[in-house]
Amino acid sequence: MIAAILAGNRELYHNLIEPYELSVYRMAMSFVKDETEAEDVAQDAFLKAFRNLANFRGQSKFSTWLISITLNEARRRLRRQSTVRMESLDDFTEEGGKVSPALLRDWSEIPSEALERREVRALLQRAIEELPPIYREVVVLRDIEELSVEEAAGVLTISISSVKVRLHRARIMLQKALAPKLKLAIPKKRRWLAWY
Amino acid sequence: MVLECKHVWDYISEFLDDSLPPETRELVQKHLETCDICSAILDSTRNILILTADDRIFELPAGYSQRLHARLSREIHSENIGPEEPIQEQD
Repeated sequence: MIAAILAGNRELYHNLIEPYELSVYRMAMSFVKDETEAEDVAQDAFLKAFRNLANFRGQSKFSTWLISITLNEARRRLRRQSTVRMESLDDFTEEGGKVSPALLRDWSEIPSEALERREVRALLQRAIEELPPIYREVVVLRDIEELSVEEAAGVLTISISSVKVRLHRARIMLQKALAPKLKLAIPKKRRWLAWY
Repeated sequence: MVLECKHVWDYISEFLDDSLPPETRELVQKHLETCDICSAILDSTRNILILTADDRIFELPAGYSQRLHARLSREIHSENIGPEEPIQEQD
């Protein structure tokens, strides 16, 4: 399809990107934290990909290339706004320090039906947004966009071992932030009832 | 060799990705069979990651698709297209 678009059948670009509309928006949304801004980032990323389609040589999957462009767009925007938002990508380059999980004695599975509740979705969204950028990037790429560790390393231009270290910390940070809150938000009895 | 809880926590991410060496995985597995706390940490982490990846967490705003394709259409029909700056493709 890419060859056909480059040969002049540009309308096909609409079809090419359709499966990635949500991924690109989700990637943007996990960075810029505002729906309108995320939409701008997503649109800019799709446009940039269109303008640069001739440079895509198929060394990676199209989806990975697109995600990589989106990440760069989101980072560019964050850098531009960092003085306003008091958040900089460079604030979190330190990878040291140990992250410990929330200690629990038991855990009853929370079914995905719980996501029908707005406050549960908001809890999860906030937990992702509150991760420091280097951890947010890796968890979004690996656990939300389901890139492999190798693909995530390629997109972020870091080593595979750095991806693994950051991913571990990001996952433990999410567990620590969310497990106690989800336990409170969805008491055991309710979780049990949700299956019936 | 017996693992302590704090060592098991260090392996949780790779355990979930099934990327631990077989002998380490076996040690972690053995610990999990007898440790309620580490089992709960592992189960909650796995559960939270599944919930986090759900499409409902970040839903598309109403009209997003239409606005996107309208903007793309304007670009597609414009004569002046071409790269603004080179984009490096990752392997």
